[in-house]
Amino acid sequence: MTNPSPPLMPVLSATGLMKSFGGILAVNDASIEVTQGSITGLIGPNGAGKTTVFNLLSNFIQPDRGRVLFDGEPIERLPPYQIAQRGMTRTFQVARVLSRLSVMDNMLLAAQQQTGEKFWSPWFLPGRIAKEENAARDRAVEILESVGLAAKANDYAGALSGGQRKLLEIARALMTRPKLVLLDEPAAGVNPTLIHQICEYITYWNRQGLTFLVIEHNMDVIMSLCDRVWVLAEGTNLAEGTPAQVQSDPKVLEAYLGS
Amino acid sequence: MFDYLFSLNPGIIGYLVFLITSVAVYGLFSLGLNLQWGYTGLINFGHVAFMTVGAYATTLLSLAGVPLLAAVSIGAVLAALLGLLMGFSTLRLREDYLAIVTIGTSELVRLVALNEGWLTKGAFGVQSFPLPLENFRPTVGTRIGMIVIISAIFGTTLWKLAERCVRQFRRAKTWQHQVSAIASGLLGLLAIRLWVVSAIALYDFRSSPATNGLLFIVLITVAIVFWALERLVKSPWGRVLKAIREDEEVAKALGKNVFAYKLQSLMLGGFIAGIAGAFFAWQLSTVYPTNFEPLVTFQAWIIMILGGAGNNAGTLLGAGIYWAYTALTRDLERLPIAADQVGALRIMVIGLILMVLMIWRPQGILGNKDELTLGK
Ligand SMILES: Nc1ncnc2c1ncn2[C@@H]1O[C@H](COP(=O)(O)OP(=O)(O)OP(=O)(O)O)[C@@H](O)[C@H]1O
Ligand SMILES: [Mg+2]
Repeated sequence: MTNPSPPLMPVLSATGLMKSFGGILAVNDASIEVTQGSITGLIGPNGAGKTTVFNLLSNFIQPDRGRVLFDGEPIERLPPYQIAQRGMTRTFQVARVLSRLSVMDNMLLAAQQQTGEKFWSPWFLPGRIAKEENAARDRAVEILESVGLAAKANDYAGALSGGQRKLLEIARALMTRPKLVLLDEPAAGVNPTLIHQICEYITYWNRQGLTFLVIEHNMDVIMSLCDRVWVLAEGTNLAEGTPAQVQSDPKVLEAYLGS
Repeated sequence: MFDYLFSLNPGIIGYLVFLITSVAVYGLFSLGLNLQWGYTGLINFGHVAFMTVGAYATTLLSLAGVPLLAAVSIGAVLAALLGLLMGFSTLRLREDYLAIVTIGTSELVRLVALNEGWLTKGAFGVQSFPLPLENFRPTVGTRIGMIVIISAIFGTTLWKLAERCVRQFRRAKTWQHQVSAIASGLLGLLAIRLWVVSAIALYDFRSSPATNGLLFIVLITVAIVFWALERLVKSPWGRVLKAIREDEEVAKALGKNVFAYKLQSLMLGGFIAGIAGAFFAWQLSTVYPTNFEPLVTFQAWIIMILGGAGNNAGTLLGAGIYWAYTALTRDLERLPIAADQVGALRIMVIGLILMVLMIWRPQGILGNKDELTLGK
């Protein structure tokens, strides 16, 4: 998916990210930039530090050093929930669903700025809550339909298969009305047909104006989806460019084969 | 045993009033824990601390001349503040820290009650404090009004039980549904009996104003708290709590301030347990530090697990079963063994019942079986 004229405004830019666990430098001076409206890829061998970079960007793990700008504002000190509220939603490498809640409740939870989530409101504003819930439910059904989970809306999320969980997680992320979605290996453990479907959804939503940053090992997915790709190896930037450029970069080939 | 079910003898009625009040007080207490653990997944092993604060604050303040309603409210707020304190120090850490800190706090609170005699009267205990409605002498009209009020509560309970009974009979595909339908029916009959008993006690208010008055207000309190909690846990607010119970990282990733919700849950649970503490004190009519041993916390856990954690109606049912068990094993005291051995025996049997329950119905009596087969 190449945009005719790539807009230059970066929605997310991180520079000089550092994180060590004990003695191990998992992320060592990594940078990444995501342009508004793009689908950006993040690739690298196992253990390269990709998931850790996601954790640093969303502040699930605090960076030792580095700067993260989202929409032009520094967010590296904000708690994860505030980052999510600002419109950057992440998914997890191993899909995490709320097992003992229904698929629908998983979706409704993701809606933002709900009056009903304030402590006093359930007693005093039931009418307003019901109205918001109905609106959120309609939207949830729409999104669930688009990922083929509408029939499962009333099942427990814990009863979904692995691939369905991945879909639910992506659907749930979209339910937050994000500006930027970080997807950690959306295609891992998913059958080829479904991978194809997921890719189609991602392009569809991208055309609706959503920006994506995607970690993926499946090179076909990266080639078909991404405008730009960042390559990470041993916690540092190795290369950056269009998918074709990156794929023919000897350094990248070496990193993948040599590890 | 049949006396309990049919007799109108004043002695039996009096004992049943005691039992209903106990069920209500323990039910209220356990509802607080259920909010914290059953809905939010907070491990609170020191729930009795909230009750201690509520009981002491209410009785000491009312002895100092503060009106009862104000005294209970202050007690409950203090209990909630204790929750705030515990939460602030631990909720950002791993969850097992909360378990340890709550145990420690509950023992600390009890030791303060025991040793700070200038404030709490120490081991001597707080005595002859004012009791609600003890000087109330209602006219026939007022008493009938009170009976109408509690009839609304019992009537609603019966209605819900009847609904459940019919629903389960309709669904009756498996024998579990039939058992459940029959159990609902029997519970309904029991509720009618307790309704009659409560009505008689209220009509005969003068026989013992303090206990009958306590019965009246504790029933109303439980009804209000139950209704308020149901409203909360079925709202989007409750959905966030359940999400935190399931996986707090997900809640964070979806923009929920997990720490604030945990604090709210801990504080509201503490507030409710603080109110329960006031009723506990009024029912005992004297308060000693030994009333607040860690055992009380574990009774609340037993009650909640019996009925089904994460289910408010189940928690109240658990309290009922716990006290029915206590009443039915009361006759054991006539056996020629020492009283503390009887006590130990009762606890052993409760342990056995819990073990059987965990094998046969690990989700608790009203818990949802489907939830157990789910993967994480
Ligand atoms: N919480 C942690 N504690 C200690 N070490 C960690 C932690 N998280 C990651 N690491 C280490 O950091 C390095 C990078 O891990 P990371 O999960 O970011 O890799 P990745 O690029 O996502 O790999 P994969 O493609 O296999 O998912 C690994 O060596 C890993 O062992
Ligand atoms: Mg990873």
